[in-house]
Amino acid sequence: MATLELRKVGKWYGTFEAVKSVDLSIADGEFVVMVGPSGCGKSTLLRMIAGLEEITTGDLFIDGARANAVPPDKRGLAMVFQSYALYPHMTVAGNMGFALKMAGAPKAEVKEKVLAAARILQLEPLLGRKPRMLSGGQRQRVAMGRAIVRNPKGFLFDEPLSNLDAALRVQMRTELVKLHQALATTIIYVTHDQIEAMTMADRIVVLNLGRVEQVGSPLELYHHPANLFVAGFIGSPKMNFLPARAVTVGSSEITLELTSGRRLALPAPAERVAPGAEVTLGIRPEHLVPDAAGPLGGRVDLVEHLGAETLVHVKDEADGTIILRTDDLTRLSQGDDVSLALNLDRTSLFDASGKALALAAAA
Amino acid sequence: MKEEKASLPGMIAAWVVAFLMFFPILWMLITAFKTEAQAVAIPPLLFFRPVLSSFGAALAQSGYVHFAENSVIVSLVSTALAVIIAFPAAYAMAFQPPRHTQDLLVWMLSTKMLPPVGVLVPIYLICRDVGLLDTRTALVIVDALMNLPIVVWMLYSFFRDIPRDILEAAQMDGVGPRGQMTHLLLPLASPGIASAALLSIILSWNEAFWSINLTAAHAGTLATYIARYSAPEGLFWAMLSAASVLAVAPILVFGSLAQRRMVRGLTVGAVK
Amino acid sequence: MDATTLPRQEMAGDSLARHRRRSSWLLLSPAVILLGLWAFVPLVMTLLFSFQRYNLLYPERRGFVGFRNYSYLFSDPAFWTAIANTLVLVLGVLAITIVLGIAFALLLNQNFPGRAVARLMVIAPFFVLPPVAALVWKNLLFDPLDGLLGWLFTLVGLHPIAWFTTDPMTALVNIVAWEWTPFATLILLTALQSLDTDQLEAARMDGAGPVNRIIYIVLPHLGRPIAITIMMESIFLLSIFAEILTTTAGGPGSATTTLTYLIYIRALLDFDIGGASAAGVIAIVLANIVAIFLMRAVARNIEA
Repeated sequence: MATLELRKVGKWYGTFEAVKSVDLSIADGEFVVMVGPSGCGKSTLLRMIAGLEEITTGDLFIDGARANAVPPDKRGLAMVFQSYALYPHMTVAGNMGFALKMAGAPKAEVKEKVLAAARILQLEPLLGRKPRMLSGGQRQRVAMGRAIVRNPKGFLFDEPLSNLDAALRVQMRTELVKLHQALATTIIYVTHDQIEAMTMADRIVVLNLGRVEQVGSPLELYHHPANLFVAGFIGSPKMNFLPARAVTVGSSEITLELTSGRRLALPAPAERVAPGAEVTLGIRPEHLVPDAAGPLGGRVDLVEHLGAETLVHVKDEADGTIILRTDDLTRLSQGDDVSLALNLDRTSLFDASGKALALAAAA
Repeated sequence: MKEEKASLPGMIAAWVVAFLMFFPILWMLITAFKTEAQAVAIPPLLFFRPVLSSFGAALAQSGYVHFAENSVIVSLVSTALAVIIAFPAAYAMAFQPPRHTQDLLVWMLSTKMLPPVGVLVPIYLICRDVGLLDTRTALVIVDALMNLPIVVWMLYSFFRDIPRDILEAAQMDGVGPRGQMTHLLLPLASPGIASAALLSIILSWNEAFWSINLTAAHAGTLATYIARYSAPEGLFWAMLSAASVLAVAPILVFGSLAQRRMVRGLTVGAVK
Repeated sequence: MDATTLPRQEMAGDSLARHRRRSSWLLLSPAVILLGLWAFVPLVMTLLFSFQRYNLLYPERRGFVGFRNYSYLFSDPAFWTAIANTLVLVLGVLAITIVLGIAFALLLNQNFPGRAVARLMVIAPFFVLPPVAALVWKNLLFDPLDGLLGWLFTLVGLHPIAWFTTDPMTALVNIVAWEWTPFATLILLTALQSLDTDQLEAARMDGAGPVNRIIYIVLPHLGRPIAITIMMESIFLLSIFAEILTTTAGGPGSATTTLTYLIYIRALLDFDIGGASAAGVIAIVLANIVAIFLMRAVARNIEA
């Protein structure tokens, strides 16, 4: 069983700070996803937990014991690599049984455990094959099987699905979630795909440029992003961002003026905003509706029909492009002028530094 | 990189060059199948009935087989020694590089730049005082040390081709360096290891300086034999050729089998 | 955090890195220690001997004599002859092997049927036992009476030359060049094969004929490999020994006595340990000068 704790963990490469002072507590059995754009330090962080990278500052505790100096082969964690890293000269069974064999387990036991893991992952017919005779998805499962067989304290996944095609990725996502439910082991999962994060995680850690931007459950991050970065990163299509200026600030209401000169009124945020302050208005595509009386608007630039929904790109010279999500009954087409209303309960407001301002009316 | 087919004059020139370079070896091979009388005939005989009598005479020469044995033993044992010492060193340099790996590698190669003649005196005296003159042991040690830098260098360059994450996966699987070397590197780098070993065998077999100076009748290798003891036999050319063919053939075969890989491993540093 | 201050744990060393470092040195130590001993101890001994008067025939008359061995050496005409011969051998072989090496590499770089076989044939001389190579050339080819070349000379009406009597150095250079041309060829061929054909095609479009293409595109590309080949070969050529022993034993007189051979004579035939060691030190210094340049070039390439 593994609880993990990171206290002020950081990584320096010479004078370059790749990971900046991360604090994180992971409970036993949790599925934590670390997500962020390339170069944000998520893989580095994972490798530090695994023991494949040196921890420069801070401390890592595995089950309460300080693990900084413990070599990777002794941490009791299993890792699934992005490239799968299967042993090319061994069969699937050999790959999966290697760790146990090296640990000196009797042959019968090794065989039994390999079979058990193979059964869970439906690898039984492939046990005698070598990696080069397997497809990408099969190799991925062997890599997982290799990790499962060891019954580790925790699983570390380093972008395991990025080499698979879209359909396979969707399928593997569900399998991974089900696996987690079956095994109930702690999982730390790294990906750049926010959809994977949203669908699989108990908690998500959003990283950017080495810093933790926010930690929380998927819906928390979705509805209450802590800053511009998280708001823009989570959710597809992205949240719409409109630069604005606070014109009048009252106790219950605040009026914003957009670049185009349009004005709209919002419930006042809990924090005081100075009049004239630069802010950013955020509204997700699904929280906009065409409304002749709406405060926003522009000309329809592009209509994307996805079948289940339609995305309408509305462009205003000054304010930029707003994407609106609607169903396929819309009559809007390219070139139409349209006005939009927004759901004030779901509007986000960010100050000049990008930090979210909690709206008093927000739930 | 597509190459166009060679022009006819170009191809002819290439074959002429190949023939000229190979000719002495070819001539030696031909002479080995002649009788002594045929060997010294002028004009040189191109067509004759080949005989094996010269080979028989060469082998019957006192000590030839013995010297050949020594060559085999010294080459194989010194290579085994070199590979065993080089293996963990190459592993460390490829996968757990200490801070000055480049310098270390360069230094190792630089020891090969020492002209053997510069240390002839002390090595000879040491062998004499320790009773290792004219022993195979002395040659095995000297050859192993002389070839060590090259073997390390080649193993290192082949190890670098092994994807690092396979070894990291092994680490996560709880396998330490020894397990990694035995169960992963050995099978995965075996062609490279074979090439390095082959090169070491060839270098050791052909090694003439220390063989001639440190060994004599008892532990001499073929190099010693041909250099020292064939002078009076210089007149028996067919036999000399036969003996030479026997001495050289194994290496030519080995060399032709492995030369492509050896060049790859060796020239990584010299050419880009 | 100040970018110029490294965090404390880097220095503390209670970490994975230290564990790894220890493991690395453990793995490296046999090789490093053995090579270190091999490189260092005999060298020091040679140096020490070079300052002593020590002859194996009179071991009791041994003592420290400072630089006397060196001054004897420098005033000994045999030494300077040896240096001259060494230069002739090394430079001569270098010139031949590089020029031929380039030519052969260019020829072998072409695509023609049986190219692999042709390449093997060109490379083969490098794998022949040096004494064998020497004897084959001396007897089968160079011998004025019964050798092949002698016969060819008579065919064209020339008197066969007794190479090893009249022109031993030429014969020696010939033999060694034959042995070492494959080395240069192989390195240069490998370098050629890394040459982008696009450049050559562009030059062709620009109207450059084959000769010009070679001069302006191929040769510059080969610049570094040629330099490295020269350096590597020089170091090995300094140590040529077996071929001399087998063919001329340094003679006639001292016509083919190189520095290496001189040391051999002094050490193992004259038993003059002191003198031989002094000459040995000179040989080492010479080799080192070349090696320093070589190592710098190779080190730069290893980074790549």
